[in-house]
Amino acid sequence: MHEHTHHHHDHDQDHDHVQPHAPPAKDEKIHSYYQVLGLALKELLLEKNILTADEIRQTIEFRDSITPAAGARIVARAWTDPAFKKRLLANGTEAIKEFGLDMGATILDVVENTPKVHNMIVCTLCSCYPRGVLGLPPSWYKSREYRARAVREPRAVLAEFGTHLPDTVEVRVHDSSADLRYLVLPMRPAGTEKMNEEQLAALVSRDCMIGVSLPRPI
Amino acid sequence: MGKELSPGDRVRVREDFPPGHIRTPVYVRGKEGVVTRAFGAFPNPEVLALGRDGLPKKALYEIRFRQTDLWPDYAGSPYDTVDIDIYEHWLAKV
Repeated sequence: MHEHTHHHHDHDQDHDHVQPHAPPAKDEKIHSYYQVLGLALKELLLEKNILTADEIRQTIEFRDSITPAAGARIVARAWTDPAFKKRLLANGTEAIKEFGLDMGATILDVVENTPKVHNMIVCTLCSCYPRGVLGLPPSWYKSREYRARAVREPRAVLAEFGTHLPDTVEVRVHDSSADLRYLVLPMRPAGTEKMNEEQLAALVSRDCMIGVSLPRPI
Repeated sequence: MGKELSPGDRVRVREDFPPGHIRTPVYVRGKEGVVTRAFGAFPNPEVLALGRDGLPKKALYEIRFRQTDLWPDYAGSPYDTVDIDIYEHWLAKV
């Protein structure tokens, strides 16, 4: 209490901070049309008691808890356990439940890269993404540029990600347009025979599972 | 419509531009591809988008298009393809 009595100009003596405080930045963010629309919808849902603020917060918290590390664990398991890989390719939605993951209302389809086929994912219509295994999509995935170019000049897009594939390999782009979500199962890199599942998972990045990149070589 | 499609069937996507929430990308309308998988029936998103039940359900297929069929000046490999999931009422067997 008494700290506040001499609360004049010398803040840094009142607190433990070495540096004086910068004044808090004003929240002057200008919202776009769609952000305003989203906020208005949220407020209406709360006002009409359709959702509670805590339910919205919990959902955001759950969404944020899923990261590409979950997808990497699935890939590493598929590389080391042939029976799991078979289950994963046959029915991805069911197989990922072994990891406590859930696709919600969508279906997970895992597409396997081979020496002849390289898979790559896009959603030209909106931003469909295998959120149940990779979390939220990166902003470039949702950009108009990626969405338009991934189906028009996929090899040019791949090259910009540092991925160069010979013309003998079929680049197969999956445009997620309906009820299925796609996850790319990359090829296990050579020289990783002695690595365990955890070490293998560390080689698998989010971009490998979107299909714009390849696992880090050894 | 009505007649089920099977993997291997050659199909053409309806060249139509109705208003509403259409999940058939414009760049494949009027184009030919091949059925690669049949996924079963799903609620129709065009009806769901109106806040209705999505019934009757529509059969959903994976259609594979050759890039060179989609874009005459396609610069990649002639092997390159695009797979898109399309509902039955947008497809006609050729």
